Amino acid sequence: MSKPIVATTSLAGCFGCHMSLLDIDERILELIELVDFNKSPVDDIKEFTQMCDIGLIEGGCCNSENVHVLKEFRKNCRILVSLGECAIMGGLPALRNNIPVRECIEEAYLNGPTVSGSNPDKILPNDQELPIILDKVYPCHEIVKIDYYLPGCPPQADLIWNALVALVTGDEMKLPYEVVKFD
Amino acid sequence: MGVIRKLFGDQGRKTEKTPLQDDPERTASHSSTNIVNTMSEKVKFTIDGKACVADKGMNLVDAAKINGIYIPTLCHLEGVKPAGSCRICNVRINGRPMTACTTEVAEGMVIENNIPEIQEMRKIIIETLFVSGNHFCPACEKSGNCELQALAYRYQMMVPRFPYEFEEKQVDATSPKLYIDRNRCILCKRCVRSIKKADGKSIFAIKGRGHKAIIIIDHKLAEAMTDEEAQRAMDICPVGSILRKERGYITPIGKRKYDTTPIGSDIEQNVTK
Repeated sequence: MSKPIVATTSLAGCFGCHMSLLDIDERILELIELVDFNKSPVDDIKEFTQMCDIGLIEGGCCNSENVHVLKEFRKNCRILVSLGECAIMGGLPALRNNIPVRECIEEAYLNGPTVSGSNPDKILPNDQELPIILDKVYPCHEIVKIDYYLPGCPPQADLIWNALVALVTGDEMKLPYEVVKFD
Repeated sequence: MGVIRKLFGDQGRKTEKTPLQDDPERTASHSSTNIVNTMSEKVKFTIDGKACVADKGMNLVDAAKINGIYIPTLCHLEGVKPAGSCRICNVRINGRPMTACTTEVAEGMVIENNIPEIQEMRKIIIETLFVSGNHFCPACEKSGNCELQALAYRYQMMVPRFPYEFEEKQVDATSPKLYIDRNRCILCKRCVRSIKKADGKSIFAIKGRGHKAIIIIDHKLAEAMTDEEAQRAMDICPVGSILRKERGYITPIGKRKYDTTPIGSDIEQNVTK
């Protein structure tokens, strides 16, 4: 029987959740025995080449590209997992959700203490290639259907490991008190 | 909140408004489990089938506690007149949903606490609180010591079932020792009810009504607070809404209150009676 295939991505995240995945230490050897990876920063495969079994989503949706990638994942993965607080509730990027987008952009490119004076023509990023910033940061499950949620900032390595093992083996997931945390 | 009102019915509300609650003497008598009154009358009742005994007139949260049973609370504080505002302590008493903190224990009561339906109701309340405020746990100074977060852990909330509101809320950092972050406030009124000056003046108050209600602080009185008083205000806040300045993240991850022990487990392990 072929191995289950895993895809991962980081949307509006910091890659901390991917770091936590690597934090399973030597179990990574067991992991590559258990699963194959497709589109993922782990193996640098940029586009889906086949249907995947499990998609791990880090980060929420803060721009149009995030939404596009998330929808691609939904199309190409049988099971989608929101990995970490940003995917689940927007996380720290969602701190901007009460601030108008224009105000955020002006702070970043015109008024912020590190940029003031260095942008005399007051240019805001306007290249057509750039994804459009959304009005706010959306949790992944408000854009597509998400099947499972692994909270944490980042989710602890044991939580990710337990979830992957449970998904691959079909056994019930172990959820000890210490591993399910929101920070 | 409409869902919750439907689920809980209005029975719980009626008990809040019984004349007993407005009688100060009566309130005082059931306010504390520490009062050892050998003369007081005992009553027998059951919680989830377990036979329990407590002093007559004691409120159900405290009565359950001395019998080693945890009923979760967010607005209730031992020794303070119960408010029944958070509804998390809802139990079924003789088949009817009622808030345990505003209910006096009585002879022969049949109480259901850890049954799936009640647990689901509590989870719904927790999830509602998480989406109606802006609870960014990873960045919060109260994380690990937060009662709301600890309840979410206890009831295994992986994600709220409701959409996030991301409502705009203000931070008031004018006072020298404390600041109020209304993004996290759940309006339990613990601070309003229990933080008073020696002359009975309140330092905290509610301003506005309904969803516009906010906690405000009397800056003059807050300025005169001692470090101990400020610490107490921070400690009684069940979330990270009242925080002492310059004291953030003082306990490392792993050593905080609810890092390894679920909320209520001390009560469940400590069957004193």
